[in-house]
Amino acid sequence: MPASISSDPHVHLTDISKSFGGVRVLSDVNLTIARGTVHGLVGENGAGKSSLSKIIAGLLTADSGQVQVNGETVTFRSPREALGHGIATIAQELALVPGLSVAENVFLGAEPRRAGFIQRRVLRARFTVLASEAGFDLRADARAGSLRTADQQKVEILRALSRGADFIIMDEPTAALSREDAQRLHEVVRSLAASGKTVLLISHFLSEVLSLADTVTILRDGKIVRTAASTDETEGSLIEGMLGRALTSVFPQKTPPPADAAAVLSVKDLTAPGVDGTSFEIAAGEIVGLAGLVGAGRSELAHAIFGGSRRTAGSILVDGRELTGRSPSHALRHGIFLIPESRKEQGLLLLRPIRENVTLASLRLFSRGSWIRSRPEHGETRRVLGEVTVRGESIARPVASLSGGNQQKVMFARGMLHRPRVLIADEPTRGVDVGSRRAIYDVLVENARQGVGVLVISSDIEEVLGLAHRVLVIRHGRVVAELAGSLMTEENILTAAFAEQPETGQLHEVER
Amino acid sequence: MTQNIPQSTAPAEAAGILTGRRPRFAKPPSWRSVAILIPFIVLFVALSIGSGPFLNPDNLLNILDQQSATLIIAAAGTLVLISGGIDLSVGATYALAGVVSAQVALAHGVVVAIIVTLGVGIVVGLANGVISTLFRINSLIATLAMSFVVSGIGSSVSGGNLIVLTNQPSFAAIAQTSFLDVRTSVWIALVVVVVLALLLARTTNGRYLYAAGGNAEASRLAGIRVHGVRILAFTLSGVAASLGGIIDTSRVLSAQSSSGTSLTFTVLAGIVVGGTSILGGEGAIWRTVVGVLFIALVGNGFDLLGINALYQQIALGVILLLAVGIDAWSRVLRR
Repeated sequence: MPASISSDPHVHLTDISKSFGGVRVLSDVNLTIARGTVHGLVGENGAGKSSLSKIIAGLLTADSGQVQVNGETVTFRSPREALGHGIATIAQELALVPGLSVAENVFLGAEPRRAGFIQRRVLRARFTVLASEAGFDLRADARAGSLRTADQQKVEILRALSRGADFIIMDEPTAALSREDAQRLHEVVRSLAASGKTVLLISHFLSEVLSLADTVTILRDGKIVRTAASTDETEGSLIEGMLGRALTSVFPQKTPPPADAAAVLSVKDLTAPGVDGTSFEIAAGEIVGLAGLVGAGRSELAHAIFGGSRRTAGSILVDGRELTGRSPSHALRHGIFLIPESRKEQGLLLLRPIRENVTLASLRLFSRGSWIRSRPEHGETRRVLGEVTVRGESIARPVASLSGGNQQKVMFARGMLHRPRVLIADEPTRGVDVGSRRAIYDVLVENARQGVGVLVISSDIEEVLGLAHRVLVIRHGRVVAELAGSLMTEENILTAAFAEQPETGQLHEVER
Repeated sequence: MTQNIPQSTAPAEAAGILTGRRPRFAKPPSWRSVAILIPFIVLFVALSIGSGPFLNPDNLLNILDQQSATLIIAAAGTLVLISGGIDLSVGATYALAGVVSAQVALAHGVVVAIIVTLGVGIVVGLANGVISTLFRINSLIATLAMSFVVSGIGSSVSGGNLIVLTNQPSFAAIAQTSFLDVRTSVWIALVVVVVLALLLARTTNGRYLYAAGGNAEASRLAGIRVHGVRILAFTLSGVAASLGGIIDTSRVLSAQSSSGTSLTFTVLAGIVVGGTSILGGEGAIWRTVVGVLFIALVGNGFDLLGINALYQQIALGVILLLAVGIDAWSRVLRR
């Protein structure tokens, strides 16, 4: 969409500075966000993106400097005051009432009423007008809880629009979304801009920022590195700006496994919930990428191999030995380790210390009988944390206090301690900052170099292409394509992932 | 309010992992874990000043003797709560243990009585564990239902009568023997509490209890048999309840099937006041000990100061609400 960048400033920041307890998080930030544009904001974790957006949204107050909205100098003391000036934030964590309808959620707290009764017809009529203005296709009476996340975000956006918002801050809106949903949200962002609203987009996904934003601002250590038209930037130039140095490459060098490497994992005709007769092998030292749409059976396949879900047919062999049991503990004993998709829900004990999280799956290593010997436990924990480059952290602290990237590294440390033969990493870099991402790639590659068979599952096709020696594409629980060498391209993966005639209208949008 | 939000959220990101600086809410358990000690010490000092007889060793040992059964049951109950369950059948099991041990002791002697009664506790605890894990019935309901079943069995064992053991000196010896000027009831409680505390803090199963209660799915994927450790916790709770029943029967030399009605709630109150989360995954046995003794001190204080026992119950309710409320508020502030 060729957006003509208007020069009409919507929000203008002058010399904004902010400190927390002596730590300066923003210093002398000058920024102009033009009306009707999508303005991208990128930077590493801790660069000050969120603080900056919170100052605009009225969640934080700047220590010094000026915020101007529509040319008027403002000082917001609460998000409500910011909303009064048309500024609304769509947070990562959605705040919908799942049991209420879409329309009821949009007008929650501002329902048209007569004598205390909600006027349902008026409510619906207003909703229809609002949704069509924004160009959203949402059913007014659908239960909010039954919607997919991307549609729930639309509900949140409509709620903001219904309160008169014309400046929308989106903080990592696609972090929790599948590829298809992310595409749908991109459409939403574009239609918001097309209808004259301004969007401030904060995202870790640089390709997303480049394709959506008209202008990009790079933040590093609380300072603006530069603001430029996104057509003048590339992912490489953004990363360089964010890190202050060139990242030699996002992905480590690929070392192909020896041609005669034996298979460490053999999956034959595996059938389980969501998996329909899948066969494949992974050689020692090989990194195999598993691509496919969300719901195609990627995570289901991982769980079926790991024993997290029950397989009904087929066999799994590690180093030629067949798995007889069907539980994660059995798979672990045979040397399979799974880094699950959601570290918070399936991986970590957030309130427990880092140490306990690292050693959870391998306590046998340091226990005599049932008694845990703490000295080797501490020593080994520090050693594997060093391997995954988590340093300088007290291992007694709860794992919840770590950043997303370091939490994920703790999951890898748990895996390293287990010394697996087969390492399955499901979305290894979801919600992980650029710096940690490279460290995680290094861990995966180092494992392969030492002869571990690695299976990388990712929605990020570039990640799959950048890491894998070979790519499997899964659809409807079946491996439908195996791509290696020059056939490993984004186009081939997408073609295989979508090959079948889509059954629903939703998939059409994605294909465009 | 707006002043608080930046203080607690933004520095987490702002300070960042690269600089190695940590926001100050990074170590939440530290103050939480000692929080119960403050009111306990304040109350202890206040009673020492306000009441002459309080600091008398006889009074203090008497409190411990009275609380021995509660301490044992609450220590095991802490394991259940940490593992993500709750055991509402301990009172009924305690009463059943009382009447079973009394009846068997009258017919077959004390040793057989102890063995049979502990066996009954194992059976009840195992049943609780199996029903609430393998049969997937919420442990709140499972153990509530079990408490009715167990109470019914207790009534039928005793025939609804008070069973008197005053002519059974060997039964009295279980809890009433003095060793180093301290009664065996207290010694037994001490041993059980220390063993369970070590189990929780220093063994793999203890670690797995925290894991099962903190995040069951993550535990399963880490190869932990979540059902297994929960069944273990319920079984220990059943055994502890029956041991408590034996000890109190030995202390008062009588048993009746209705004796445990309020015990379940006293035990839970002690655990929760100590600071163990009813949501699972957090807690410690020493805190439960402090919580139980804190409630006991309140009762003792009311007795010594001659205040109507009526107010004691009201005070207990208020303390419980305060304990849970402070815990909930501290979580909110930490966010």
